Amino acid sequence: MKKPLQLFWSFFKIGAFTLGGGYAMLSMVEKAVVDQKKWIPTDEFWDMIAVVQSLPGVFAVNTALYVGHRVAGTKGAFAAMLGAIIPSITIILLLATVFREYRDQPVVERIFKGIRPCVVALILAPSLRMIKSAKVTWKTAIIPIATVFLIWWLKVSPAYVILAAIAGSLVYAIIINKKAKKEEAQP
Amino acid sequence: MIYLQLLWVFVKIGVLGFGGGYAMLSLIQHEVVDHYGWMTTTDFADMVAISQMTPGPISINLATYVGYTTAGFGGSLLASFALCLPSIVMVYLILKLFMSKKNNSLMDNTLKGLKPAIAGLIFAAGLSMMNTQNFVDFGRGQHNISVIICVLAFVASYFFKANPILLIVLSGVVGFIVY
Repeated sequence: MKKPLQLFWSFFKIGAFTLGGGYAMLSMVEKAVVDQKKWIPTDEFWDMIAVVQSLPGVFAVNTALYVGHRVAGTKGAFAAMLGAIIPSITIILLLATVFREYRDQPVVERIFKGIRPCVVALILAPSLRMIKSAKVTWKTAIIPIATVFLIWWLKVSPAYVILAAIAGSLVYAIIINKKAKKEEAQP
Repeated sequence: MIYLQLLWVFVKIGVLGFGGGYAMLSLIQHEVVDHYGWMTTTDFADMVAISQMTPGPISINLATYVGYTTAGFGGSLLASFALCLPSIVMVYLILKLFMSKKNNSLMDNTLKGLKPAIAGLIFAAGLSMMNTQNFVDFGRGQHNISVIICVLAFVASYFFKANPILLIVLSGVVGFIVY
């Protein structure tokens, strides 16, 4: 089998069987690309992932594009990307058609009345876990609080908030990098 | 027109979607529910539940769903590809610029600073969904079972890292029994 086709098939399987988002699929990608096919050495793979993680967009798609590109150029990139997203698109299209048909059934409505408050909890929980892992202190707590206030209360578009946060973080990063350089210069 | 809007919305989300599927969820919510009014807040909650329970990247699932409900089959393909488009551009541009070590530490520190804001963004998305459409029996003199479901699911998810699919299925069963 040609490489692009193999890439397509590998990512197709990963896209069709991983539940739980981008990070859950990482170990499957590693197994397929590094262990079985030996397309990329382990350390190079994790270096790539480190870069991919810092990029915006769909993590699984970014990973597929970079791995595909590294293994088989442009054709490989597109083959891997299509493999990663086609299962999702197909399954959702099927479910959306079915759901449209049955959503007004009393039974379905009852089930979803129970599910909706759970979805709210499933969105709030990871955001708080993220605050914990970002080591937010009482001083820096102003950042998430201001974000919530702007988006939830004032209905500011999250796009502007992200752009402002990127600008702020970039200034912060430049200052930190300069400080680190100064400390290196005077031992 | 709807195609152009879908294209614009999802390209924007692809460019600004730092921090994974949940961060994109708040961007999608703003555009789809607040700005364009393509969906109600209950539609959005249902869509998130379905996207959670099906395999594959949650943001691709959401894009497909939004595209399908607003503009049919063509819309679903368009929205998903629009979401991937910025990533495709990035493979060729950014990778070459940011692969060097020096830029990497700048990028890392920028992302570290971005993280608290992203967390706030996601939290806001959750808060916006706390209304009487999604919590149908909220209020004095009512059973408030929706509130109990939300609190229990939160505790299970935050403290015990319970499987989200299991939690969705369990709350569906509870909903079926009590409502």
